[in-house]
Amino acid sequence: MAEEYWRWTESRWTDLGLSWKGGEIITAGVDVGSVSSQAVIMVDSRLYAYANTRTGSDSPNSAINVMNWALEDTDGLTLDKIQYTVGTGYGRVNVPFAQRAVTEIACHARGANFMYGPTVRTILDMGGQDCKAIHCDDKGKVTNFLMNDKCAAGTGRGMEVFADLLKVSINDMGELSLQVEEEPPPVSSTCVVFAKSEASGLLRAGWPKEKVLAAYSSAMVHRVVSLLERIGLEEDFAITGGIAKNKGVVLRLEKELGVKALEPKYDTQIAGALGAALFAKALVEKEKGKKK
Amino acid sequence: MLTAGIDIGAKTIKIVIIDGDKIAAKNLTAAGYDVQESLKKAWADIEAQSGLRLADIGKVMATGAGRKDTLYTSDTITEISAAAKGAVALNRDVRTVIDVGAEEGRAIKLDAGGKVLDFAINEKCAAGTGTFTEAMARALEVPLEELGPLSLQSTQAVVMNAQCAVFAESELVTLIHNKTPKPDMARAIHDAIADRIVSLVLRVGLEEKVMLIGGVAKNIGFVTSIKRELETEVIVPEDCEFVGAYGAALAAAGK
Repeated sequence: MAEEYWRWTESRWTDLGLSWKGGEIITAGVDVGSVSSQAVIMVDSRLYAYANTRTGSDSPNSAINVMNWALEDTDGLTLDKIQYTVGTGYGRVNVPFAQRAVTEIACHARGANFMYGPTVRTILDMGGQDCKAIHCDDKGKVTNFLMNDKCAAGTGRGMEVFADLLKVSINDMGELSLQVEEEPPPVSSTCVVFAKSEASGLLRAGWPKEKVLAAYSSAMVHRVVSLLERIGLEEDFAITGGIAKNKGVVLRLEKELGVKALEPKYDTQIAGALGAALFAKALVEKEKGKKK
Repeated sequence: MLTAGIDIGAKTIKIVIIDGDKIAAKNLTAAGYDVQESLKKAWADIEAQSGLRLADIGKVMATGAGRKDTLYTSDTITEISAAAKGAVALNRDVRTVIDVGAEEGRAIKLDAGGKVLDFAINEKCAAGTGTFTEAMARALEVPLEELGPLSLQSTQAVVMNAQCAVFAESELVTLIHNKTPKPDMARAIHDAIADRIVSLVLRVGLEEKVMLIGGVAKNIGFVTSIKRELETEVIVPEDCEFVGAYGAALAAAGK
């Protein structure tokens, strides 16, 4: 079987220092994207567990699978003990066990506010098949946003195409792209398809993989920077999504913007699901407030 | 007097030698990795096939993406001008020229005298270019030249939301998983590329007669989709791929 270089690592995590049993409000958020899906479980105001997987060709199962995986190492926590689940992402209508769906933009901003703190004002989400620039306030409420979801440039799919072309595991691409002595000129096309042809030519001309990767990463950064320039960059700045894990892209982006991104403390792919879980918590609190 | 036009495209090189207005010889060669080498081969081939030699040719003009990279001539003409000249020489009534190549799509508006009034180009995005169809044919595991005929057997329109070739490929994978019949997927592919081209045409304004040129015009599936979307008749000349080179050869003759 041919090796699948595009297969990025799936992951799950539980805060083992926390017990859900003492929690008053236990909520979940599920973000089903076109490429990846995440489930996040919150216990009161604490992040308790999460899982990050590849979305199958079938959204409803993707939601169930990722949720089950998030619940795996949670000391007996089961879906029925979760008081409220909010679904989001392009497959948000396909989270069968969610009580409500909230748009991914809103969830992303909320999630980033939790992950990076109340100083974050501009969030760049480089997702599987889209790229979003979001402005938010200190409470994580969206004040403006711009999205490119028509074009693979600046998205994870673009990176996957290059991983396959160069036969480099997508997890290693970031580091590898930094192993150049001198920054090569970026590939001339932002279009992934054309960039790929160009890259093939460069490889044939004898360019080593890291140089080609560096050139492509630069081109991708240009694309993303123009999105940010259109909406304006207000600090603090944070990056979410899978590509935030690619050091080569992040460093080049920071260099071109002249701004440092906030350091992530959590898996950058969970921002949407995290925001969804926070919305779920707010909805539970509201209901409880009504009952009193 | 003999003149020649060379169209150095992203994927293929076209050479057309004309005698007066008539095409005396033509040749198509893959551009390959080394364009200069491929050009040499193309000339050798056309000489062998036609008996006409480079030395006999009065003037050579180059067009296409690689027009400035040839040693054979320093006289160049843009693809837009070349396409317009060539199209009008083939049919005086043409007012809209649609030129779809391997990596670019163009819509050109002409006046009654064949002069270019306006044009729109897509050169940044693979959607609406031959590269899109090639990628989709690969994903469907159908040889490129069979994709068009296959699409004509479609019994229902299937919507493909993606414009981007990369996303369309993922979408195809899902359609394949859902056991969508191949002819319907083939049709969806041509509808998608036609969509993109039609938006270019609408930018310059559609006026009949409409002529479709470039390599992708050889794809009957694409031609069918475009006709359906534009709701007009579309003229596809027999030498659709050579119209740019023909136009350059005409320009070389001062026409």
